[in-house]
Amino acid sequence: MDAQHLNLIYLIVAAALATFATRFGGYVLITQLKRIPPRLEAALNAVPAAVLTTLVAPAFVYGGFDVAAAMLVAFAIGLRFATLRMLLVGWVAVMVIRHVIL
Amino acid sequence: MNRDDFRAGLRGGFPVMLSASPFGALFGALAVDNGFSVADAVFMSATVYAGASQMVGIELFGNNVQPWLVVLSVFAVNFRHVLYSASIAKHIRHFTLIQKLLAFFLLVDPQYAETEQRGERGLPVTFSWYLGFGLVIYFPWILNTLIGALFGQLIGDPKAIGLDVLLPIYFLGLVLGFRKRDRFLPVVATSAVASVAAMHFVGSPWHVSIGALAGILLAAVLPPEHRLRQGPAPVEKEA
Repeated sequence: MDAQHLNLIYLIVAAALATFATRFGGYVLITQLKRIPPRLEAALNAVPAAVLTTLVAPAFVYGGFDVAAAMLVAFAIGLRFATLRMLLVGWVAVMVIRHVIL
Repeated sequence: MNRDDFRAGLRGGFPVMLSASPFGALFGALAVDNGFSVADAVFMSATVYAGASQMVGIELFGNNVQPWLVVLSVFAVNFRHVLYSASIAKHIRHFTLIQKLLAFFLLVDPQYAETEQRGERGLPVTFSWYLGFGLVIYFPWILNTLIGALFGQLIGDPKAIGLDVLLPIYFLGLVLGFRKRDRFLPVVATSAVASVAAMHFVGSPWHVSIGALAGILLAAVLPPEHRLRQGPAPVEKEA
């Protein structure tokens, strides 16, 4: 196994431990901690949306016309329907743009 | 072990397994596209076992983001599980330590939601039921990853078959899943602008940490919204 692949294995193990920590941590915290400061709670609440947005917005701006258009269509679908349908419609949109229109 | 409870768990988890299956296959395919081997993808599904964060992990890894930041992002995306494990503590108090550790390992979104509902309805949350519900989702998740990874390895150009738009759309769906939260719009707008600017001025891996930090800091600084939150946090939809 080369060094880079070994690093990937370490990374996956670390990710697994981090995930398990979140799944175990709440149980530990609830028995120790009585109250979380409101500003900390607000910050923690914002973490997932803030992180995930950084994976969406640059793809939309720098991904090219076809990707941006597919994301817009998927966004409209996502306001009403579940992720699976978003993926399907977005995928159809990008395929139509790439193979039919362009 | 109670066989009837175990079977009831299997039945309850079955529809969840079906709806999660496409995401398992999608993860496998995208992981290979991002430089994972088939075995790596399967290993990640078997050990991390958290759809959204696995997708985030392969996306960041494919972009050569620093390892600590990948792990931190996985932690951040899974942070809601802290709330889950705190919340179901009251229902699984009677589990032994080993059973608890296994229960926490299997604690994905639908597992949490179903356990919470079962407890509130006054039905017994037995370990047999919990394990049946968890395993009927866990093992197919790994199998579907394998199928997707093998299939992904056969694909020549992911762009030609539109594979490259699936991750951003998937993440978009996750973001939308949080839209009922306090300060959602200002946080998303801030992180979007900051990450696009950081991508332009600083470069690829850093747009994640800079963009995320901007949104999180804003949330901490903004005055609280006049809305009282009660009960456990709502379960966000996730694969």
